[in-house]
Amino acid sequence: MLPDLECANLTKTFDATAAVRDVSFAVPPGAFFSILGPSGCGKTTIMRMIAGFLEPSGGDILIRGKSVLNVPPNRRPVNMVFQHLALFPMMTIAENIGYGLRRAGMPKPEIERKVGEALERIGLPGIGNRKVDELSGGQKQRVAIARCMVLEPDVLLLDEPLGALDLKLREHMKIELKKLQSAFNTTFVYITHDQSEALVMSDQIAVMNHGRFEQLGTARELYYRPETAFVAGFVGEANRWRGKVERVNGDALELRTETGIVMKGARHGRALNPGDSAEIFVRPEAIRVARDEREVAHFENRICGTVTSLLFNGAASRILVRDDGNGAEIEVAIPQSGDYATLSRGASIHIGWSGDQANCFPAGSA
Amino acid sequence: MRAQSRLGLFLLLTPLLLWLTLLIVIPHIDMLLVSLRERVGVGEYRTSLANYLTFLTEPLYLWTFLRTALMSVLATALTLLIAFPVSYYIAKIAKGRVQSALFLLCLVPFWVSELVRTFGWMILLRETGVFSGLLQWAGLVDGPVEMLYNDVAMMVGLVYTSMLFMVVPLVTTLESLDDSVIEAGYDLGGSGPSILREIVIPHAMPGIVSGCIVVFMLSLGNYLTPTMLGGKESLWFTELIYSQFIVRFNWELGAAFGFMLLLLSSVIVWAVLRLTGQTLEKTMG
Repeated sequence: MLPDLECANLTKTFDATAAVRDVSFAVPPGAFFSILGPSGCGKTTIMRMIAGFLEPSGGDILIRGKSVLNVPPNRRPVNMVFQHLALFPMMTIAENIGYGLRRAGMPKPEIERKVGEALERIGLPGIGNRKVDELSGGQKQRVAIARCMVLEPDVLLLDEPLGALDLKLREHMKIELKKLQSAFNTTFVYITHDQSEALVMSDQIAVMNHGRFEQLGTARELYYRPETAFVAGFVGEANRWRGKVERVNGDALELRTETGIVMKGARHGRALNPGDSAEIFVRPEAIRVARDEREVAHFENRICGTVTSLLFNGAASRILVRDDGNGAEIEVAIPQSGDYATLSRGASIHIGWSGDQANCFPAGSA
Repeated sequence: MRAQSRLGLFLLLTPLLLWLTLLIVIPHIDMLLVSLRERVGVGEYRTSLANYLTFLTEPLYLWTFLRTALMSVLATALTLLIAFPVSYYIAKIAKGRVQSALFLLCLVPFWVSELVRTFGWMILLRETGVFSGLLQWAGLVDGPVEMLYNDVAMMVGLVYTSMLFMVVPLVTTLESLDDSVIEAGYDLGGSGPSILREIVIPHAMPGIVSGCIVVFMLSLGNYLTPTMLGGKESLWFTELIYSQFIVRFNWELGAAFGFMLLLLSSVIVWAVLRLTGQTLEKTMG
């Protein structure tokens, strides 16, 4: 199937610095594609090139197989939801949504019908005559999407549109956006620095750093099988060690960290040989906690330690465990089933994790 | 505590109240009274509308009055036409230091007095002036050309004098327009002119109106520029007021003229506000 959007070796340099380097990807029709990266990684630059506000220094952008490099932004079959939405404050909601249709020269009754339909679709019928500043943050969000969707673009670009909303509304809008996407059945390209937005909504996620794609995959792949140390550190949370590889046995490694812990890890096909220095990532939620040593006996990596801090955060609560042997601190997620509700500082605890859960990368790759 | 804060407020307001009463309210009341009296003999006056009647029945006065109004409107429109692209460039296209430098350039002429600026134009436009000399040197004309003392010269002077007062409010309102709103216009299929018409101008409307009001009032009440650059035909209403007060010593008629001018500017400003759907609070706030 012809991809809705394809970028081939896309490059953008500003003066001497490269903002986007040789990025290639294809987004199949109807997909929710996210570009996830820290601020300044070049994701906004990619989006602005696709929308047509920036000229690429190299490479090509194809929409439904046709290059749009020489097409001005007002003729491209893509529309963009801006970071601060950029609704027209001088117009009513209906005029906002109808703007693109008016510009396309559609007859008035048809515009009215389409605007009515769009408002119906975003669940806000009858607000057409209101002013922009009379709407709440979430309503504005939906209007901004409707304003683009009435034009039936091939691709809808969304530039961190949830950034300005408060936490509760943001959680709600994530689900809402996903629903709108399947309702309109349009290809969404979404950029964000918030990993939970990307993980929850996307079919495909590209993790970007320093102008390059580090990894492209589904949320699960990024989370469970990060391909680079940057992805392992950026997506989800992780305990991070540096160490030396002592032994290699297939994919399994034995390493000694700088703090002196000997642990088992997995290289998942990456080139790591005995003597190489490596970075080891273990997710707090991949570590099992137990009061009794026998419960963690089946894990390859076991530590007996003392709780030094309780970081209570509801479902995402953590504890810091200090290794009784060498004093290294490890962050561990605690299950909220009630078993550990009475856990207090200074308590003795056993933790363990399987070697497979310790992702190892050649050091210096991120 | 409350009494104290009251006193504080009162003290803070005192200079303003003194200013308003002593310099604006009292003189105007006095002027109104002067304009409503008629001299019937030496040191003998009676209250009547005779001065206003004179104004209405003398064609020269009425004609000058209307001409001043129309020319001021024209000067305002020209200033807006020139200032809008300039302001747009300063507010939206120029960045960083260029932006502040350009803004400063608009301000520089106002460091010298209006009199000196007007003399500058006279040096450029007079028969033996720079432009005339340049044209002769280029061989485009045979003899010296007089470019002073006509309506065009006067209009140039008026627009030049008012420029800054249009640029400042326009730059301020245009700067407050988010760039992404303009980009959104393009993104949704808008063309340059349609974005200007539907997005930029509606957004800048308060700035446009407040700039126009200031420039219009400045032009209407200008005395120096029309006198120095305008010709014998380009009589300005302020010149009539001046001559009634100073030359003719007819304060009664001069005061009546003054009130007609005040009425005129008020009516036109009110009409512009009504036409554009703006309010004074919105444009001046």
